Amino acid sequence: MNIDRKQVFEGIKVIDFSWVAVGPQTTKVLAEHGATVVRIESHRRPENLRTVPPFKDSKPSLDHGAYASSYNTNKYGLALNLAKPSGQKIATRLIEWADIVLESFSPGVMKRLGLDYEVARRIKPDIIYCSTTFQGQYGPHALFGGLGFHGAALAGFSMLTGYTAGEPAPAHTAYLDYIAPWYLVIALIAALERRRKTGHGMYIDQAQYEASVTFLSPALLDYVVNGRIMSCMGNRDPYAAPHGIYPCRGSDRWVAISVFTDEEWQAFDEAIGNPEWARYPRFGTMLGRKENEDELDQLVASWTINYTAEQVMSLMQSKGVAAGVVNSAEDLFNDPQLKYREHFVYLQQKVVGYRAYQNEAIKFSKTHQRLWKAGPNIGEDNEYVCKEILNLTDDDISDLVAEDVITAE
Amino acid sequence: MTSDRQKSTEALLGGYRVLDITNERGLLCGKILGDLGADVIKIEPPGGDQARNIAPFYKDIIHPEKSLYWFALNTSKRGITLNIETSDGREIFKRLVKTADFLIESFEPGYMDGLGLGYSVLEKINPRIIMTSITPFGSTGPYARYKASDITLGAMGGLTYLSGETDKAPCRISLPQSYLVGGLHGAMGSMIAHYYRESCGEGQHVDVSMQQAIIYFTMNATEMWNLMKVNTQRSGLLSMVERPEPLGQLRTRWYWRCKDGYIMFFLAGGASKGYVDSSTALVELMDDEGMAGELKDYDWTNFDTYQISQEELDRKERIIAEFFLTKTKQQLYEAAIKKGILIGPLSAVNDVVESPQLHARKYFVNVEHPELGDAITYPGAPVKFSEAPWKISHRAPLIGEHNVEIYGKELGLAREQLAILKAAKVI
Repeated sequence: MNIDRKQVFEGIKVIDFSWVAVGPQTTKVLAEHGATVVRIESHRRPENLRTVPPFKDSKPSLDHGAYASSYNTNKYGLALNLAKPSGQKIATRLIEWADIVLESFSPGVMKRLGLDYEVARRIKPDIIYCSTTFQGQYGPHALFGGLGFHGAALAGFSMLTGYTAGEPAPAHTAYLDYIAPWYLVIALIAALERRRKTGHGMYIDQAQYEASVTFLSPALLDYVVNGRIMSCMGNRDPYAAPHGIYPCRGSDRWVAISVFTDEEWQAFDEAIGNPEWARYPRFGTMLGRKENEDELDQLVASWTINYTAEQVMSLMQSKGVAAGVVNSAEDLFNDPQLKYREHFVYLQQKVVGYRAYQNEAIKFSKTHQRLWKAGPNIGEDNEYVCKEILNLTDDDISDLVAEDVITAE
Repeated sequence: MTSDRQKSTEALLGGYRVLDITNERGLLCGKILGDLGADVIKIEPPGGDQARNIAPFYKDIIHPEKSLYWFALNTSKRGITLNIETSDGREIFKRLVKTADFLIESFEPGYMDGLGLGYSVLEKINPRIIMTSITPFGSTGPYARYKASDITLGAMGGLTYLSGETDKAPCRISLPQSYLVGGLHGAMGSMIAHYYRESCGEGQHVDVSMQQAIIYFTMNATEMWNLMKVNTQRSGLLSMVERPEPLGQLRTRWYWRCKDGYIMFFLAGGASKGYVDSSTALVELMDDEGMAGELKDYDWTNFDTYQISQEELDRKERIIAEFFLTKTKQQLYEAAIKKGILIGPLSAVNDVVESPQLHARKYFVNVEHPELGDAITYPGAPVKFSEAPWKISHRAPLIGEHNVEIYGKELGLAREQLAILKAAKVI
């Protein structure tokens, strides 16, 4: 890796008004590949992510949240009070500076603040202006202010997780928040390329709902064509057996195993030591295994329970069977492959201290991404942004703080 | 990039050629680039890719040209067949690489290198080429050669641990997601490399790990471990809030039964105006039907998850649960929209397809399938652009549908040569 090589987005300037997960993760990718990203927050209206645990010393406060900074590596934090006309004025100066504007407010908010695309375009004709919300900028449900959890439910993912059809048991995760940003990064790069070729900017409207249901497309087509409504089926798969999550030695330890072919079944049989039961005719064929799957699962579990999840995975993999430990968060930190990929990167954050951030899932052979700055506290980089980007003097800054346009606390 | 391969210059990736030799593990990547206007050539083994055998099927007809799975993930691509394990195949492949801008593959790490078609070889043929490899764990490393499937990847990515009931095995999402996640990151990585390449002319190798990509779905679980040494647990319809002693853990309800299904909702208030307004509006709604009980005059700014007792929370939740049981998902969702209450109905796929919001946004698109004598409704663009739309240009290719176009017209192979290649199982 040539660390002297220029980063991909060096010289690209972004003003990021977005909150929570989708917008911030989008500009995080750009920032980690060299873009200069100024993130606007305000002490007067702190964003939701700052109220989510964990907190350093278990002390819930705006700057003690570790999670709040997770999505904002490499960004400069400016605390700007957009409720003040002078605050809006500074925002417009930053729009003039920027190549990309990103916001995730409820449709209409940026217009009320005098910072919408129409205004931005007048200030900077080739601006790339991007709005991302749960349901998009228009439509009967556009003002629905749900979080990613509501989104995951509405988008159909929650109902598709569970042991029995019709009874959900979903992961409590804002699922859509981890699909939408990557589509948005792709969109922004396409827009930047287009601007390079034509000199035109553009407006981008993302509905996270629309982006995410692309991950349901086979099931959507099944409903459209065949009228079938897909329901959850536990850990089973219609085309594999054994296929499931089996208990291992220890407390709440599990391993996932899947066998799709004859070859894999032979390998699996070898891995579990060629037991008598594997020779029963009813388990010798895939159709047979599917017909007797309850019994099969019990037999497999009665074997796995004697070993640790790691032992099962290792043994299965040595024979060529797909198996994987059901990793807890703790396990992720100990995973040898993740260590190899340097998934966790440690940065010093002003209040939270030295802690782990996550690298991207992609390694580039030439243009590496770098995490060099922990996510900022609100207004942590007020001075830097005011002086280096806005060319304000110390006196200007103190005036703005006194007028509560730039907030310091 | 020759002019006769150039698509409309309207399209964002118009004029760029993608060679897509992925299997089930990487299909989404090429679809994304194709829907953005790139000229994507799907390269399949002679006889068609195995992914054509994946259900569901058009009218349940099990046939490699009728897989809805295949249709969904291969829009906007043309298709050729090629066996790159043959010497003729490899030679043709290299000719194609020479004029391509992107190559996407999802084979086992080492496979392309083993055929003499790894990045180090291909970059010499075409220094501009961006080669994107989408694999379960990455191209190298202790687990790089591990076998994987959707269920094992969800497990190793930490997501499955968080899902299911406390007293049962962790539970995966029944519609496989892992390969789609890998494909999406593959497209993102390809675009990042593309931006770089357009500024300096150099391609590179882009190496995606599905496992890493899945970890993001775990939200703050890694932070919880890193800072608090707490492993976030699965908890079914409830959510557990960790609180220091003497308060201890708080059980909050997140998923609630309603008249015809489930909704997602949690009690909240405190410093967040949004939460306070939402909770207040819900109670007002309940009060209209005389079901508000003791919640009627409760000031939600006082609600604090970090102070409330389990007993008080349970009492409040019971009142609300009673109310939800009297309403359908649709009724609650409409009330949510009208009154700003944070409720999300748990949709099934039919709710998504029939969503009035998605229809108002013209999200779904009709794609012609002349070979079926039908048009099918597909999910549309993940992002709306003000110009040069992100859109499906045509249906997925049939097996070898564009062999003549590409091999004959573009590479100049004669009919007799194509016949020889076909007989030798090269195409």
